[in-house]
Amino acid sequence: MLNILIPDFRVIAPELLLTATAMIIILWEMINRTRSHAVSANLALVGSVAALAATVASWNLNVSTFGDSLVLDPYASFFKVIFLAGLILSVSLSMKYIQESGVRYHAEYYALMVLATVGMMIMAMGRELITIFIGLELLSMPLYILAGFFRKEIRSNEAGFKYFVLGSFATGIMLFGMSYIYGVSGSTHLQVIARTLYRHPSAYADKALLLGLLLVIVGFGFKISVVPFHQWTPDVYEGAPTPVTAFMSAGPKAAGLAALIRILVEGLPRMAQEWELIVAILSVLTMTVGNLTALRQTNIKRMLAYSSIAHVGYILIAVVASVGGRADLGFSAVMFYLLSYTFMNIGAFGIIVFMKREGIANENLDDFTGLSWRSPGAAIAMLVFLFSLAGIPPTAGFAAKLSVFFAAIQGEYYWLAIIGILNSAVAAYYYLRIVVLMYMKEPEKELGKATSSPLLWTGISLALVGTLYFGILPGGFLEKARIAVSILLKV
Amino acid sequence: MGLPEIFFYYFAIMAVVTAGFAVTRPNPVYSVLFLVACFFHVAGLFVLLGAEFLAALQILVQAGALMVLYLFVVFLFNLSEAKTARIVHRQAGFAGIVSLILVALMVIFSVQGVFRGPFRELVRPQTTDNVSYVAGALFTDFLLPFELASLVLLVVLFGAIVLGKREEGE
Repeated sequence: MLNILIPDFRVIAPELLLTATAMIIILWEMINRTRSHAVSANLALVGSVAALAATVASWNLNVSTFGDSLVLDPYASFFKVIFLAGLILSVSLSMKYIQESGVRYHAEYYALMVLATVGMMIMAMGRELITIFIGLELLSMPLYILAGFFRKEIRSNEAGFKYFVLGSFATGIMLFGMSYIYGVSGSTHLQVIARTLYRHPSAYADKALLLGLLLVIVGFGFKISVVPFHQWTPDVYEGAPTPVTAFMSAGPKAAGLAALIRILVEGLPRMAQEWELIVAILSVLTMTVGNLTALRQTNIKRMLAYSSIAHVGYILIAVVASVGGRADLGFSAVMFYLLSYTFMNIGAFGIIVFMKREGIANENLDDFTGLSWRSPGAAIAMLVFLFSLAGIPPTAGFAAKLSVFFAAIQGEYYWLAIIGILNSAVAAYYYLRIVVLMYMKEPEKELGKATSSPLLWTGISLALVGTLYFGILPGGFLEKARIAVSILLKV
Repeated sequence: MGLPEIFFYYFAIMAVVTAGFAVTRPNPVYSVLFLVACFFHVAGLFVLLGAEFLAALQILVQAGALMVLYLFVVFLFNLSEAKTARIVHRQAGFAGIVSLILVALMVIFSVQGVFRGPFRELVRPQTTDNVSYVAGALFTDFLLPFELASLVLLVVLFGAIVLGKREEGE
C-alpha cells in the first residue's frame, strides 16, 4: 500500500504565497485589462514582503518534509531572505523602466520574476537532486524569457537566445553529473547518498563519483558564471533589460551557491579533498579574468558583468576556505558576501536605470561624467555602491571581503587571500574611475530630462540603507549566518 | 554473449549512431527523423531494464507527440537556406578536440570506476508492476518535483505568449 504522509506546509508557506501572488498578478490583469503597471508591481511587492515576513517568522524551524526532499533550516531561511531582498529591490527598479519601454506584457514580467524567486527558494531548500534540478529549471526558464523580454531590440533577443542555448547545455551537463552520483550511490536524496557512501567507503575511490561531482560543479559554475564558463555573462547582462540584469546578478548566483554547498556538505561530505584544489583554481581564474577584463570595458553594464564574475571569484575563496578546519567561517562568509552583494549591486543597477532618459540608455562610462553637478543625490548613492563594490569601509563590500579573507587566513590559505587582495586593488581602479568621472569633471553633454519615480528611489534608498548597515554593523547577520551554517554542518 | 547482451549492444550503439546523425545532418527534417530513431532505441534499452512503462511513454510522448511537434515547426519555417548553410563552425576543430578529450576522460573514469559502488545491491527487486511503481514514486517521494514541474510548464507558457504573440500592427 502507498504510504502517503501529509506534507508540512509551514515549510513551503513563503513559496505558496509567492506562487499565489504570481497567479493573482496574471489573473488581475486578465480580468481587469487595466494595462496598469502600478497594480502588477505593487502586487508583486506586497506578495514578496509577505513571503519575507513568513520566512523571518519561521527562521528557527528545522524541519524536512515531502519525503525529505525539502528542508527548512536557518541556512535555507538566510538564503531565502537574500532572494526576497533581491526580488523586492528589482521590482522597485522595474516599474519605471518597463513602463517607459512600452512593453505590453507587464503582468507576465512581474509574474516571471516572482516565479523565478520560487525556483531559487526551492534550490536553497532542496535536499534531493531532482528537486534541486527542478528548482533550477524554475529559476532558469523565467530568466531566459526575461533576458529576451524586449523582443523588438536585437540585443535583448541575442541575450535571451544565447542564455537559453548555453544555459540548457549547462543544465544538461549538470544532470549528467547527477546521474553519475545516482549511479554510484543508488539514491537522489542527499542524506541517503551520504549514508550509503559512509557504509561503503570503497565507493569514494570510484572515479565515476568524482566525474559526477566535477560535472555538477561545471553545471553550477556556468549558472554562477565562473571562469571559464562565463562567456555568456557580458552579452546577456548587456542585452537584457537593466532591472532584469540587476535581478539575475544577485539572486540566481546565491541560489546556485546555496544548492552547490548543500550538495557538497550534506551529500558528499568526505570529498572535500577532491574539489578543494579545483575550486581554488577556478576561484583564482574567475577573480583575475573578471577584473582584468572589466578594466577595459566602456559600457557600464558590461563592466558590472565582469565585476560580478570577479565577485564570484572572491566568494569561491570562502568556499575553499571552509575545507581548512573552520567550515562555519568559510560558508558564513559566502552567505554574508552574497547578502551584501545583493544590496550593493542592485543599487548600482538602480542608478543605471535612473540614467535612462527619454528612451536613451546612457550606459557608457562617459555618460557619468559630471553626474554630481547634474543629480547630486544619484551621484552620492552611486559613490556608496561603487565604494562598496570596491571594498572600501564603511560599506557592506568591505565587511564582506574582510570576512572572506579572514576565513581564508583562518583556513591557512594564505596564497588565496593574497591573490584576492591583489585583485581587489585592481578592481578598485575601475570602480573609482567612475567616481572620478562623476565628481572631478564638468558635465560634457546634456542628457535628457529625468522623470521622477518614487518607487525607483525607494528601491535605491533601500539598497543604500542595506549597503551602509551591513558595512557598519555586520556582526548581527554574520553571527546569524554562522549559526545557520553550524546547524547545517551538524546534520 | 547471451541474447540480452546482443540486444543491449545493438540498442546502445544504434542510439549513439542515430544521435550522431541527428546532429550532423544539414537537412532538419532528416535530423528530426534520426532523433525519432534514437528515441526508439533508447526505449529498447528501457525494455531491457524491465521498465516497460517508461519505454511505452518514451515512444508515445517523446518519439510520438514531441517529434510531430518538432516536425511541424520545421515545416513552418522556410528552410531552403538552412539546407545549404555551412553547419561546420570555424571553431569546430577546437571544439572537437576538447570534446574528444572529455569523452576519453569519461570512458577512462567509468571503466576504472566500473561503478564499484553499492549500486548493484541497491537495485531493489520490483514487487509491484511498472505502473504502480512509477506512480508510487511520483506521488510519495517525488511529489514536490512532480508538482513543481507544472509551474515550469506555466512559465514556459508565459514565455510563448511574451516572446511569440503577434501584436497589433505586426
